[in-house]
Amino acid sequence: MKPFGIVRSIVTPLDRVNIDTDQIVPKQFLKLIQKSGFGQYLFFDWRYETDGKPKKDFVLNDLQYKNSKILLVRDNFGCGSSREHAVWALQDYGFQVIVSTSFADIFYSNCFKNGVLPIRVNEQTLQKLFSTKSEIEVDLERQIIWVNAITIPFDIEAHWKKVLLEGLDDIAVTLKHEDKILKYEKAQENSKFRIS
Amino acid sequence: MAQTLFEKIWNSHVVDEQSGRWLLYIDRHLVHEVTSPQAFDGLRSNKRKVRRTDLTFATVDHNVPTSDRSLPIVDQTSAMQIMALEKNCKEFGIQLFDIHSPNQGIVHVIGPELGITLPGTTIVCGDSHTSTHGAFGSLAFGIGTSDVEHVLATQCIWMEKPKTFEIKIEGKRRNPHAVTAKDIILSIIKQIGTGGGVGTVIEYRGDTISELSMEQRMTICNMSIEAGARAGLIAPDEKTFQYLKGRKYVPKNYDEYVEYWCENLKTDSGAKFDKSFTIQTDEIVPQVSWGTNPAMTVDVTGRVPSPEEYARGNPDEEKAAAKALQYMELKPGISITDISIDRVFIGSCTNSRLEDLIEASKVVKGKKVSSKVRAMVVPGSQLVKKQAEELGLDKIFKDSGFEWRESGCSMCLGMNPDILASGERCASTSNRNFEGRQGFGGRTHLVSPVMAAAAAINGHFVDVQDLDLN
Repeated sequence: MKPFGIVRSIVTPLDRVNIDTDQIVPKQFLKLIQKSGFGQYLFFDWRYETDGKPKKDFVLNDLQYKNSKILLVRDNFGCGSSREHAVWALQDYGFQVIVSTSFADIFYSNCFKNGVLPIRVNEQTLQKLFSTKSEIEVDLERQIIWVNAITIPFDIEAHWKKVLLEGLDDIAVTLKHEDKILKYEKAQENSKFRIS
Repeated sequence: MAQTLFEKIWNSHVVDEQSGRWLLYIDRHLVHEVTSPQAFDGLRSNKRKVRRTDLTFATVDHNVPTSDRSLPIVDQTSAMQIMALEKNCKEFGIQLFDIHSPNQGIVHVIGPELGITLPGTTIVCGDSHTSTHGAFGSLAFGIGTSDVEHVLATQCIWMEKPKTFEIKIEGKRRNPHAVTAKDIILSIIKQIGTGGGVGTVIEYRGDTISELSMEQRMTICNMSIEAGARAGLIAPDEKTFQYLKGRKYVPKNYDEYVEYWCENLKTDSGAKFDKSFTIQTDEIVPQVSWGTNPAMTVDVTGRVPSPEEYARGNPDEEKAAAKALQYMELKPGISITDISIDRVFIGSCTNSRLEDLIEASKVVKGKKVSSKVRAMVVPGSQLVKKQAEELGLDKIFKDSGFEWRESGCSMCLGMNPDILASGERCASTSNRNFEGRQGFGGRTHLVSPVMAAAAAINGHFVDVQDLDLN
């Protein structure tokens, strides 16, 4: 994974609560067996008419947001299905940061594994971001969002910060602890009520 | 110190801890065709193996057709994904219940019925409804594809420790045939919201839980994810042990395990939960969802609410409800029983087990499906299908005009040919009424199997409390 740098961009405001992963990537695109190329399917049913023309009133089709790298959404984003395809689509489309008041649990951890930073902010901050038209800057290293020369700090789990900043391979990190996995397995083997 | 059931299972699976993150050992890994191909690709490109093939089980369920299995699969992309799983299982040495196996079925139906699911175990699957297995006192998490790859390679996952959430389900239902586990869990989600359980593992407790069968408990745990929870749990009891006894993959000295589980797998008295909620079942009536998330649900005796009524002062929820009404083409104030339907789907990991089909069959026996309705039953597994056929349920359903199909996820998510046409309205026993979930433009109303069956006969929703269901 590529190390995560400073992200500077205007924000794409998608003003809806409880956006589920079925909306982020509809099921007909889950049959692909690779990880790439999902950006074209992002919010497919909201983005396109049935004849394939872009829907005029959907925010992703507004040209001013064309190169935006930051998506702004309301509470409980990414709920429902565990499909990681949702994050592959957001990432492939070009979103590197998603800001909301809360995220669904599985979606939240899926983000970090694909180099996408989900930021949780309070209601007031989210409102401020929804009303800004100018570029904002997200500095993960310093855990700061710059908006119109004002800084807004945000929290993030230390581990996930490290994973993004260093672009770590999760499995390689775990395999460094293999002695402990072996020790656990050994104890199970000797247990009277073995379950693994 | 007094511990919750969750804490006991969690603690007994900790391999390591690093600054507030825990590495947990996984006892059972269930794999299906949709969320696994990229994980196997990852293993291949890094020259990694599957660490515990003996703890990994695969089946095809999400996009398999539910029509005649002797015919080739028409949808080429589905066929490719199914073939990819076959190839991956062969290459990595994983047990696969393929499309022709007598053990094929929805992954959350076959886990318990094969005894792969056991009390006190940790289970993961690349599917959010893995929470179903919690009904057996197993800590079961849905995970993304990166974590599927991680578990294949290491048999572990990293997690932050979830908070604990006690939901007490108490009281006596007026009519347990009419007010089902589905109505209880929909009532809970209606009250705590789709985000009510985020960051938590729910333990369902209380006298109503003890009264429920294993299949009903699975329905409850299944929809924990619809409340946003990481997992749902129910402490195992005599019903759990009876259900699992003699199943294919349970341990040989089963009775000794039962003794051990009895002693160890319950929340100690005095253990503290981070959060608590109580629901009384006495007043619960059959539920019907009207909107585009499972919290948008009302009593069958009620009316479609206005956005203001639903949102109770939350402007974001009010906007969402207005959009939902527009999508569902419903007007506030109309009676639920006045809503006509075009389709009925009885199936999914929520409600496709034998008991669900038995209960639904009582409603349709000797009656005809409304001429305006197309109705189908999709048993959760080949085993459920076989058992139902032995009881003659297939005949009851077919005689009344239902289609009787092969097992799979089917119209719960419409990845196979079983989908709604745009604008069609469906009474569905599945778990998600999201926009387009059952087909682009399709409109889903979540209900119990008996409610779905009654809607099929009448062409609109009816209150099954008025029917003789004994």
